[in-house]
Amino acid sequence: MDIFLQQVINGLVQGSLYALVALGYTMVYGIIELVNFAHGEVVMVGALVGLSVIERIASRGDTGWGVIAIGVLVAIPSCMALGLGIERVAYRPLRKAPRLAPLISAIGVSIALQQMAALIWGRNYLHYPDVLSNPQFHIGGAVITQVQLVILATTGILMLLTWLIVQKTALGRAMRASAQNPSVAGLMGVNVDRIIALTFLMGSGLAAVAGVLVGTYYGVGNHTMGFMLGLKAFTAAVLGGIGSLGGAMLGGLLLGVIENLGAGYLGSVTNGTIGSNYSDVLAFLMLIAVLVLRPSGLMGERGSEKV
Amino acid sequence: MNKRIYIGLLCLTVVIALPFGTDAFLGRSWVRLLDFALLYTMLALGLNIVVGYAGLLDLGYVAFYAVGAYLYAMLASPHIGMHWPLWALLPMGALLAASFGAVLGAPTLGLRGDYLAIVTMGFGEIIRIFLRNLNITNGPAGIDLIDPIQIGNFSFGSSHSLLGWDLPSIYNYYFLFIVLTAFIVLVSYRLSDSRIGRAWAAIREDEIAAKSMGLNTRYLKLMAFAMGAAFGGISGVLFAGFQGFISPESFTMGESVMILCMVVLGGMGHLSGVIMGAILLAILPEAFRPLSQFQQITFGHVWLDPANLRMLMFALALIVVMILRPEGLWPSPVRRRELHQNDAMPASVQKEGP
Repeated sequence: MDIFLQQVINGLVQGSLYALVALGYTMVYGIIELVNFAHGEVVMVGALVGLSVIERIASRGDTGWGVIAIGVLVAIPSCMALGLGIERVAYRPLRKAPRLAPLISAIGVSIALQQMAALIWGRNYLHYPDVLSNPQFHIGGAVITQVQLVILATTGILMLLTWLIVQKTALGRAMRASAQNPSVAGLMGVNVDRIIALTFLMGSGLAAVAGVLVGTYYGVGNHTMGFMLGLKAFTAAVLGGIGSLGGAMLGGLLLGVIENLGAGYLGSVTNGTIGSNYSDVLAFLMLIAVLVLRPSGLMGERGSEKV
Repeated sequence: MNKRIYIGLLCLTVVIALPFGTDAFLGRSWVRLLDFALLYTMLALGLNIVVGYAGLLDLGYVAFYAVGAYLYAMLASPHIGMHWPLWALLPMGALLAASFGAVLGAPTLGLRGDYLAIVTMGFGEIIRIFLRNLNITNGPAGIDLIDPIQIGNFSFGSSHSLLGWDLPSIYNYYFLFIVLTAFIVLVSYRLSDSRIGRAWAAIREDEIAAKSMGLNTRYLKLMAFAMGAAFGGISGVLFAGFQGFISPESFTMGESVMILCMVVLGGMGHLSGVIMGAILLAILPEAFRPLSQFQQITFGHVWLDPANLRMLMFALALIVVMILRPEGLWPSPVRRRELHQNDAMPASVQKEGP
């Protein structure tokens, strides 16, 4: 089996999931310059809501992608409502507060969601029911599963859709205007509050899909799963240049591939002194290197800073 | 002048009497909690130099705590068979952490705001991963049987009797921590209005203006990282000796976030505020403990897992405080004025609609 190709495939799949979550971070950051710390937790809620629904249907003996799709369709509105609620309760009152205040309330929301999830779903790892036969395909010595293909396709379509909405519609234009200068956008007749709410709505919807896909891919979910995922996705967003859609996608894919190549090769390259458990170190080191060389990320806006 | 002396004496009495009163009214576990609150106070004061004074958002601060703790754990335990004394390890911990601070700070000098936050967080995670995987740190199992702190022949780990009172080790540590906290408060206080402290404030408010006034922002930022880290290292050394056992799980990113919450919730840059924030957040989760009894009494059954409920209440408190007092519970008077001078000004951006 071709290890290199295999790790690249695994990396792309993992990276596309990062990218989907990273979109939520980057869109929110682009408009209100807030690191939405709770975004990873929205993904977790999506995964667990999806799990409950899928479990319920699977217990009647139904299988196949339709079951997963219903899980996604229930998770999306749940996460959207959650995202809207978070924005309204924890972020909107703090829009003009000192910069760190919304960050702390975001941390509060993140802890609160984790604990609520633990109260609802318990603290143990929950297993996604086995509803897919998941056939494998061989390409040039590597294996790709059906789940991986579906993840790649779904995330691809969603990223394209997000890009189209942001670049080609009136809503997207209003979003970009609000990101550039909220007060002027307001003067031009953009309802900035509504745009911010819609941004949270879109990000949370994407997070819901990402959550169910992550659950389906790895087969487990629990109340802490959102933390590391959110961290990685945020790293991906920063890596690509936070605020940039293309950057989030590129950063996600890059991070996924580097991590998986690290896991595959670190051990053999260093004769076993540094094992695959250091792959996160590699990912963070690359992030640091990129930011030192290009302080605004790979695809971030360059040019002089605002004074 | 006389009045200040009285207030000082009163504070001293309260500080000395506090563990005895706590023990008598709330029980011994609360004295232990006080010790931890003091450790967190030292950490929060250290982070306050980086975040509050110099305005650099650091999400990996716990790494320096870890550096201090592991230094003590390795050089004062049977782990590699060395038993160095505190007077050597405390300054070493501070120095080592400070050099880590400077080394990690160096590549981040060009970054601002949230980019800096994510890079410092990355460093914090890298250090934790190394601690988890290196042989010399004993991996995920951590290091145990660490020597209790000892000064001369006085061991803080065992009880001593004083004037007929039996003082267990948590009391010893309380007084040791009080002395060191007082030292850190003093240094922070003297720093805040020193030449370097004012330079930090200038960088915090407007880096470009500070630079154009001839301040060496590079050097000053490194200085902030190093000073903050040194305090983290000191707290780490004390933590290892106090706890007797450390593992990488004590130094997760969640800890960094918690310390940041203490600084911001109390009132960034304001010493009394930061101290209050640290003590409050260290004690708050414990204070919600009676919730399970409350459930038992009112519903006759513990419906919701008390540990999760406790953290949930804690998180909600965090959100509510930030919404009601975004500048922190006890901000410095200057900062308060700055934030509220625009209150009388008309119509905001948010009000405008189509």
